[in-house]
Amino acid sequence: MKRTFAIGIGGAAGQGVATPGDIFAKIFIRRGLHLNAYNAYQSIIRGGHTFLTIRTGPEKVMNMGDRIDLLIPLNQDAMDRHLGLLGDGAACIFNADTIKTGSAADGVQLCPLPVSRLADITRNKVAQNTLAVGAALSMTGIGFQALEEVLTEQFKKKGDAVVAENVGIARAGYDYASANFKPFSWPLPRTENRYAVLSGNIAMAMGGAAAGVKFYCAYPMSPSTGVLHWMAAHARKAGIMVRQVEDEIGVVNMAIGAAHAGVRSMCATSGGGFALMSEGLGLSAMMETPVVVIDCQRAGPSTGVPTKTEQGDLWQMLGAAFGDYPRAIACPLDIGDSFKIIAEIFNLADRFQCPGIVLSDLLLSEGRLSVDPKELDFAPVIDRGELITTPEANTNGGYKRYKITDSGISPRAIPGVAGYVHTAASDEHDEDGVLISDEFTNPAKRRAMMEKRMHKIEGIAAAVPPPELSGPRDADITLIGWGSTKGVIEEACEILTAQGIAANQLQIRWLVPLHGEAIVETLKSTRHTIIVENNYSGQFARYLRSETSFVPDGHIRKYDGEPFMPHHIVEAVKEQLSGKTKLSVPVHEVLV
Amino acid sequence: MATALSPQWRVTMADLKGKVDPDWCPGCGDFGVLAAVEKALVELQIPNHEVVTISGIGCSSNFPGFINTYGMHTLHGRALAVATGVKLANHDLTVLVTGGDGDGFGIGGNHFMHTMRRNVDLLYIVMDNQIYGLTTGQTSPTSRVGMKTKSMPFGNIESPVNPISLALAAGATFVARGFSGEQKHLTELIKQGIRHKGFSFLDVFSPCVTYNHDNTYQWLRPRMKKLEDDSAFDSADWLAAMEKSLIWGDEIPIGKFFERTDLPALHAAEPVLNAGALVHSAPRIEENVVRTFIAELM
Repeated sequence: MKRTFAIGIGGAAGQGVATPGDIFAKIFIRRGLHLNAYNAYQSIIRGGHTFLTIRTGPEKVMNMGDRIDLLIPLNQDAMDRHLGLLGDGAACIFNADTIKTGSAADGVQLCPLPVSRLADITRNKVAQNTLAVGAALSMTGIGFQALEEVLTEQFKKKGDAVVAENVGIARAGYDYASANFKPFSWPLPRTENRYAVLSGNIAMAMGGAAAGVKFYCAYPMSPSTGVLHWMAAHARKAGIMVRQVEDEIGVVNMAIGAAHAGVRSMCATSGGGFALMSEGLGLSAMMETPVVVIDCQRAGPSTGVPTKTEQGDLWQMLGAAFGDYPRAIACPLDIGDSFKIIAEIFNLADRFQCPGIVLSDLLLSEGRLSVDPKELDFAPVIDRGELITTPEANTNGGYKRYKITDSGISPRAIPGVAGYVHTAASDEHDEDGVLISDEFTNPAKRRAMMEKRMHKIEGIAAAVPPPELSGPRDADITLIGWGSTKGVIEEACEILTAQGIAANQLQIRWLVPLHGEAIVETLKSTRHTIIVENNYSGQFARYLRSETSFVPDGHIRKYDGEPFMPHHIVEAVKEQLSGKTKLSVPVHEVLV
Repeated sequence: MATALSPQWRVTMADLKGKVDPDWCPGCGDFGVLAAVEKALVELQIPNHEVVTISGIGCSSNFPGFINTYGMHTLHGRALAVATGVKLANHDLTVLVTGGDGDGFGIGGNHFMHTMRRNVDLLYIVMDNQIYGLTTGQTSPTSRVGMKTKSMPFGNIESPVNPISLALAAGATFVARGFSGEQKHLTELIKQGIRHKGFSFLDVFSPCVTYNHDNTYQWLRPRMKKLEDDSAFDSADWLAAMEKSLIWGDEIPIGKFFERTDLPALHAAEPVLNAGALVHSAPRIEENVVRTFIAELM
């Protein structure tokens, strides 16, 4: 099993949970360690409860894990909620002036910091946080220098005095811990690797920039807003036009307008905003104007739980907009993949002149992961498809924007190019773009245009590989997931296999095209299949069944707003193998 | 078309003739608007491939199909949002947006307000017939109080919007009203609207001869009072324009209510577009810039 170390920092919003988190993250990656960070938070600016988990280790860390090794509660509430999570070998660093301990399990080291004795708390309101970080650095065997470097960077702008004050406080925490607390049994190792740390939202924004996106627009909506923030902050350097629009209806239509004029155009939202975009997706399909829409799922329906994760929008994506039309729907498997998938889906959208949807979720969008910077390739293949951008003197007005072809793809001229003047229409139209919706209705032409557009589906399917089984072919159990659950299912498989239950995994990256026949073929030789998903009704299970008639042996579902932890899946698998149930709904033990 | 690239080429009315003839009812006011737009483009000598005509849905929104420019026939109410995207992606294009009062002030009301405050450089022509035509005669946002329609058979009890006041309040930098029955005057307003570097709003009385028996040519014609004939009126004076916009009765003003030229259009205010239209920009980001993006994450 991979060795990891996880820190949990809990407190009220506004108490400064993020800063120690950022400091730890920087120190870990500069030490050549991987990390995964997940912040359980609430839709509140000040107060409430926030719980950040940062898990690190020398190998790739793909989920928040099952265990907290070090708890740093910043208030009594955080102590009360989470002390019970700690097991043998774990520790809890806390402000002894303001926080009382509860009863801890055997082998848990309680580390009270006499904060007012170690720092001037009248001058520095977050002294307890800085002291705790200092203490943690001592106990993890990292040494003080790494912390001093990061603090210096962090406070450089505020001047030398502020730097000195913070370094001084951190030093006091470090020294106090060295003298009074027992170090962890596993000093954090060092490697020569160097990673970048980014959220899924930043990955998708950067992935867009790399794919040649020139127009990005959005209406702020959690958990998608991070894409807008990165785009807005980097727009001028990247040469991207970024607009904040009045609503998501305006967003999708503006994006389609820019795409129609010839640039790669992208927007992001969450389920509620996506609902408003639905009609626009149909416009993209009917005018055959490629546009990429990102949906970062949060717990629904309606306003739902804006800061909690879910995989509940699948059927909205499958059914978005009325009528039949070709579309591509991708669900990135992790944060690195969130970068890569954008160029891939743009190539499909451009080649097949249809909408592309990227289905992320809060876990990926706002979670953070260490990624090898080499994976952030800013020179991916860019395939704009059959795009006409140069004038032609000899078309004699014969250009047909919607020319019927075997592939269903008609060469697309962009406005401004002489010789190709035409009208693109949301009404049904003939090859010339003339409306056949009112005066010139014509069943034969309508049928031909429907078939032309729908033929593109075959091309899209051929352009995307079917999913593959990972792990041993001969396994006792096959876990099927889609999108963001990849990392946690992977770890559950490792744990199961170590416990004598051989497990493998089929993770779906492309929802449309699904490659149902290939999936069924793969699943034929499996012994026991369970679909794992973050929703109530088994949206993917229903989709797979509707496409293939395949019914798995069991289901593991979670719809409490929090992501799966590995043990949730492991225990559910055991429960199902023993024949107790076919549907497990794990209970989330972390009180967030 | 074949000669579109030759320098001697001149734009003629024939170049602008659409693939099909308009399917509007005989006598519809929209014919006059189409003719005026064609005349304006010929007089301004703008090649048809450099013009994009964008509409929503409705009788008047079929407009792009009847003129031979690049065209987009989009969703009901969404033409301004689409047009904003087109203009920002390629600001070298002349963008015309055409539609009706229901499309623009009803379902598209939100985009109308925001496109004006953004000062997107386009001409928005509303063929205002004070009725829903294509859905066979329901009350529109500009229908008068008391007007009987299929959706309000006992008379409209809601106050109509005043498109001119609304546009002035929302910050439109060019605001005008025309009448489909006043061709020369309308053509002149369209030319001014196209030339204006910013958002130009042109509300045009375009009678519906089938469903609106109140606001007919006969009702409108004697009421049309040209603002140009009032020598005391200054269209640079916003307050004066607002006052004129409130006049409605035996006399209804038409002409240019307001124009200001001191505000940059949206595309001109964004430094990203300084180097030229987005559509011509290189797909790849320079390596030294990419390095700074990645360095932020390490």
